[in-house]
Amino acid sequence: MTIEELEQIQESVRAESAKFDFEVNVCMDLACSSQGSDKLRDALVKAAEASGKKVLVRRTGCMGPCSSGPLVRVDPEETLYKHVTAGHAEAIVSSLGGEPVPALQCDLREHFDKQVRVVLENAGHIDPEKIDDYISREGYKALMTALMEMTPNGVIHRITESGLRGRGGGGYPTGLKWSTVSKAGGDMKYVVCNGDEGDPGAFMDRSVMEGDPHRVLEGMAIAAYAVGASKGFIYVRAEYPVAVARLTTAIREARRRGLLGSNIAGTTFSFDVEIRLGAGAFVCGEETALIASIEGKRGTPKPRPPYPAVSGLWGRPTLLNNVETYANVAPIVRNGGKWFANMGSERSKGTKVFALTGKIANTGLIEVPLGIKLWEIIDVIGGGVPDGHKLKAIQTGGPSGGCIPADMMDLGVSYDALMAAGSIMGSGGMIVMDDTSCMVNVARFFIEFCMTESCGKCIPCRAGTAQMYTLLTRICEGTATMDDLEMLEDLCSTVKEASLCGLGQTAPNPVLSTLKYFRNEYIEHIQHKRCLAGVCNIQAPVEVMA
Amino acid sequence: MSDPVEVKTLIIDEQEVSALRGQTILEVARENDIDIPTLCHLEGLSDVGACRLCLVEIKGSNKLLPACVATVYEGMEVRTNTERLKKHRRMILEMLFAERNHICAVCVSNGHCELQAMGQEQGLTHIRLPYRNPKLTLDASHERFTADHNRCILCMRCVRVCAEIEGAHVWDVMGRGINSVVITDLNDEWGKSTCTRCGKCVQVCPTGALFDKSKIGSDHPKYPDFLPNLKMMREAQ
Amino acid sequence: MSKLKLATVWLDGCSGCHMSFLDMDERLLELAELVDVVYSPVVDAKEFPDEVDIALVEGAVASVDDEKKIKKVRAHSKMLIAMGDCAVAGNVPSMRNPFGPQPILDRAYIENASLQQQIPCVVVPKLLKVVRPIHEYVKVDVFLPGCPPSADTFHTALTALLTGGPLDISELTRFGA
Ligand SMILES: Cc1cc2nc3c(=O)[nH]c(=O)nc-3n(C[C@H](O)[C@H](O)[C@H](O)COP(=O)(O)O)c2cc1C
Ligand code: SF4
Ligand code: SF4
Ligand code: SF4
Ligand code: FES
Repeated sequence: MTIEELEQIQESVRAESAKFDFEVNVCMDLACSSQGSDKLRDALVKAAEASGKKVLVRRTGCMGPCSSGPLVRVDPEETLYKHVTAGHAEAIVSSLGGEPVPALQCDLREHFDKQVRVVLENAGHIDPEKIDDYISREGYKALMTALMEMTPNGVIHRITESGLRGRGGGGYPTGLKWSTVSKAGGDMKYVVCNGDEGDPGAFMDRSVMEGDPHRVLEGMAIAAYAVGASKGFIYVRAEYPVAVARLTTAIREARRRGLLGSNIAGTTFSFDVEIRLGAGAFVCGEETALIASIEGKRGTPKPRPPYPAVSGLWGRPTLLNNVETYANVAPIVRNGGKWFANMGSERSKGTKVFALTGKIANTGLIEVPLGIKLWEIIDVIGGGVPDGHKLKAIQTGGPSGGCIPADMMDLGVSYDALMAAGSIMGSGGMIVMDDTSCMVNVARFFIEFCMTESCGKCIPCRAGTAQMYTLLTRICEGTATMDDLEMLEDLCSTVKEASLCGLGQTAPNPVLSTLKYFRNEYIEHIQHKRCLAGVCNIQAPVEVMA
Repeated sequence: MSDPVEVKTLIIDEQEVSALRGQTILEVARENDIDIPTLCHLEGLSDVGACRLCLVEIKGSNKLLPACVATVYEGMEVRTNTERLKKHRRMILEMLFAERNHICAVCVSNGHCELQAMGQEQGLTHIRLPYRNPKLTLDASHERFTADHNRCILCMRCVRVCAEIEGAHVWDVMGRGINSVVITDLNDEWGKSTCTRCGKCVQVCPTGALFDKSKIGSDHPKYPDFLPNLKMMREAQ
Repeated sequence: MSKLKLATVWLDGCSGCHMSFLDMDERLLELAELVDVVYSPVVDAKEFPDEVDIALVEGAVASVDDEKKIKKVRAHSKMLIAMGDCAVAGNVPSMRNPFGPQPILDRAYIENASLQQQIPCVVVPKLLKVVRPIHEYVKVDVFLPGCPPSADTFHTALTALLTGGPLDISELTRFGA
């Protein structure tokens, strides 16, 4: 494969699509397909054939506003249709070339206007099982450019210059990590992609792996070239069978095209990728546990240092990045580090994908430039809190994140600002809560998650989260005392500071942040036996045996 | 092994000490009679950093480091006994005592238990946390030994000694989080497992979780000190 | 100076702590110079007095009656001392906690009884679901762990408390001592 050959493929795809007057794209991502977008696609194909019009019906990855699904987008007009069913297929096809179907039209201009699509630029536009679709949208051009025109250090320099930080939660500077691995000695190095995505409700990485799998492979290949690795692993949770299938297809097609394998593009660079399945333990997303799991061991974290960059898989230097991090690599190499650094805020560059859920009109997947204000996400992109309820808080960062109260919506979304507010960026979960949520109960929910997902290796996390859960349950049930509250705070401090890995170290965040901003709710439960949101069922305790 | 021998100087609790590159803070502290409490660490076994009792403060960093695995560097300033550390140690010990059913008065290890002694050393007079009182089993299927999960603190010494020293890897951990338990083979009865009956796990177990049946009702001290000697002899071979 | 009023209370324990207390032997005479024992299993008083300076409590809280008693003791005592592991940690009485009270009653009064197999329901107080140390119910000022704490522990602790000296028993006792 050469750049010329890539361009030839692009040409032929363009020629192919020129044969069609219209493109009807059907979102086949989980939310839409669970509402019957498979049948819808079949119906569209049939209707198109019957109409005699030149229509290409394409299945795509996630288009974003899942709550309006199943979604259909007609190109070149870019007309978006919502809640489409198989019964609407004929109406849509017959409208092609004329006026759009008004009843189905989805006006989400504001929703899309505030967004910037880098990671998701292909999702919703290409058939994820067709490598040529990917290539037609500049796919693998970055890899070719890197191999032909850049030195490994040049690639690292470009990534460093972009200011990209890890999207898996920690926000570690990606360029720095790459340069550490590249400097580590040894004849064998590995590149690992973290697709474990264990946060409840999060599906950013799944959407990328399912909607644009080659993007991930290309990023990994470029990374491998930059750090001097020849072998890659993608660790995907087994609950993502579609992602696994798409990645498997993508790897096969990339190998067939010579974009993976030995002597890629006729150079001395060889790189291949294997998929490894995770059994769905949240802690296996932690890098040292993930590495143990790939090695076939029990997935428990190890104390760092040594960091994987120095001693990772089988003791070799290992570059481990998140799916979304890799997905940012190709556009950065293509467009330059400065292009990327121009987006975002001071120390948080580029865009970030969030899974917007909870009490918000438009739930789904969004991609926004970092630095965007929270209110812009909630009010404009999200369409506000529905049913006349009032916004109470936003929970970011998954189970290790915190709750940011409604009066802080002017906060710009960046690693540092979220951290300072007592939450974290995390991998991109964003849960909107309204006045029907009890914040004590919310904290208890997240602690319960961490308690059940704790690996059990170190005592502060293993027993500390369980003790916190007991005390939070007492508070919710109205049997706690103010001493219990003090104890809860002491527990938070020890679990946070003494736990071995990130799971334990961040597990108290939901409690600490709700204590910081919603302390009165705790006090109401304890002293007045009242749950202001009416969620907790407080009754007189029964201690005596029957 | 190709590390050039290099001497580092550092400060532990206001005392200047020297160390070899690659040594852990714990090793250096013990060489200099500076006491850092440990439970999961045992000389002769690999370190896992699980009990978190050995956490120390490093000047210039907010993060606490486990002394049993953290290695020294030139100019490092270590503090091993600050109020912050004492607070965490106390809380960790309380978590351990409240986690399972530690009834010292009727325990086979009463008087010889590392957890019990550590509680006393750290001035623990009561447990502020609610006792969890889980319902746990006791495996007496082995002709010589018993495993009482009520007393286990999941230090993993048994797992490590069996895999690393005896080479049998009979012990492992099953389950997650608060439900973790040590098991023999694939959760088979100890008596029916591939146990070689060497008894090393019993000797290294810091509590009354693993004990020798012949010692029930009598004193049951344990002798984990055989490990460094065994290692030395093996290395000499 | 008038003598301080000392009470000792017996909840769910084996009375071993009281025995160990009595093991202070001749040192009890010195103690008697400083305190009046106003309430105790070893004296006649039937009601807990209104004002007590020091209350030593043996045993865990295991029944509704224990719970009532410990609250009353706390309300009428200036200083409350948890005496021994049962009061401090639940200890042997708490060994029933993983099972709950019913199986224990069944075992004691039905399975192991050869005559009159029935669970007593009058006079004896009802058991609580969970046996707990006393500090889970009331504020405790001093903890004396040990099963039982030795006579020396009692002597050292009481001397310190009565004379206002520093209280350090960490060398003398521990859980299970
Ligand atoms: C408990 C825990 C769970 C994690 N889960 C994930 C995950 O699902 N996906 C992920 O990419 N990173 C996860 N991480 C972060 C990884 O350890 C690691 O920092 C990250 O994958 C590095 O990639 P990045 O630098 O590209 O962010 C998790 C960390 C912890 C402590
Ligand atoms: S913090 Fe939790 S998940 Fe991490 S090692 Fe400790 S027990 Fe395991
Ligand atoms: S194992 Fe140790 S701490 Fe636990 S009951 Fe036995 S003696 Fe006490
Ligand atoms: S059985 Fe003993 S040695 Fe094994 S983990 Fe439990 S306490 Fe440690
Ligand atoms: S001795 Fe270091 S963590 Fe246990």
